[in-house]
Amino acid sequence: MIPVAFEYELATSAEHALSLLAEHGDEAKLLAGGHSLLPLMKYRLATPAVVVDIGRLTDLSYVREDGDVLAIGALTRHRDVETSDLVRSHVGLLAAATSKVGDPQVRHRGTLGGALAHGDPASDLPAAIIALGGSMVIQGPSGSREVPVDDFFTGFLETTIGEDELLTEVRIPKAPEATWSFQKFNRRAQDWAIVGAAVMVDGDRCGVGLVNMDSRPVRAGGVEAAIASGASAADAAASAADGLEPPGDLNAGVDYRCHLARVLTRRGLEEAGR
Amino acid sequence: MHVSMTINGADVSHDVEPRTLLVHFIREDAGLTGTNIGCDSSSCGACTIHVNGEAVKSCTMLAVQADGQDVTTIEGLADGETLHPMQQAFHECHALQCGYCTPGMVMAAVSLLDEVPDPTEAEVREGLEGNLCRCTGYHNIVAAVLQAAGGAR
Repeated sequence: MIPVAFEYELATSAEHALSLLAEHGDEAKLLAGGHSLLPLMKYRLATPAVVVDIGRLTDLSYVREDGDVLAIGALTRHRDVETSDLVRSHVGLLAAATSKVGDPQVRHRGTLGGALAHGDPASDLPAAIIALGGSMVIQGPSGSREVPVDDFFTGFLETTIGEDELLTEVRIPKAPEATWSFQKFNRRAQDWAIVGAAVMVDGDRCGVGLVNMDSRPVRAGGVEAAIASGASAADAAASAADGLEPPGDLNAGVDYRCHLARVLTRRGLEEAGR
Repeated sequence: MHVSMTINGADVSHDVEPRTLLVHFIREDAGLTGTNIGCDSSSCGACTIHVNGEAVKSCTMLAVQADGQDVTTIEGLADGETLHPMQQAFHECHALQCGYCTPGMVMAAVSLLDEVPDPTEAEVREGLEGNLCRCTGYHNIVAAVLQAAGGAR
């Protein structure tokens, strides 16, 4: 499978990438690690006329402390997130979820920002960022803006990133004392989750994000509220699928996915000590 | 466009279309056909090579993304007639049936031991998650990787 022919542009800085986006408009797609975009291009589900390669912008690959926040560059590879001592000690849930993405070869190339910008509800990482209450820094022609994760995912494979903008950083509140669990249910090695649940408990604060339970990555707000009001894990998890519209496919029908969401959320809450 | 990289220590340069996949560059432009194409959709791992020492699937990388990088393929592991220890372990443990997945398995296994030098059996199985053997010959493959790691667990 070979992609449709395209024009290749190598970005040498974030500003250069933005100017290339401004020049080419909606004909251009950003290429980071390529592990979401290239398969789509090979299947010819994506046919960008211009590919802007941001994969060499090493200054957007970092993990650093910024006060109460852990700042992770959008081009940080999964492998580097997974093995980062800062990520493991401050937001362990993200390290755990990242270690479940694809397989080692995929994690050597794929990036955190690329996975989030792809906006796939079946991806593991959005659920973890939702549970952790992170936010995204998006750079555009007129400067940067920071978008809370709850406003970031707007639809199936859609985010709030404009066609002239670039995701540059992911910011996550440090939670070194938090307990957490990442529950991924699938039938075969390296598969996407049929359903997944990311759970974080930090004192009174509880975050629950779900994988593959709607047309976009979703927060289980009812579960969080129930935990906050003192409900048991089992009682809180009972509402995990309320109001959600998961897909039905050959792996699982809608009812089974809702069942999985409740079971995995309960297991996650219990593993996180609730 | 002009793409240059080091493959198994040799400089390789060709003019290619931007859409050329790295695996095609390796097989057709560099003439190194040890790297197999299996699923062609980053699932099976048959096309696994190393870029800057790390295992990647060469069907899911453009040749231009490897421009200026250091690439190693299965042909680059042996030292003359002397097999790489991982190749030797695959040989001794009979870690192959039809052999199609073998180049990718060996490359993934070498990368795994670089990152986890003394893995448990579970770590080997998880570390080779990205490589499929349709003969289902996993038992001997795992044994070979453990032997190469020097583990007589």
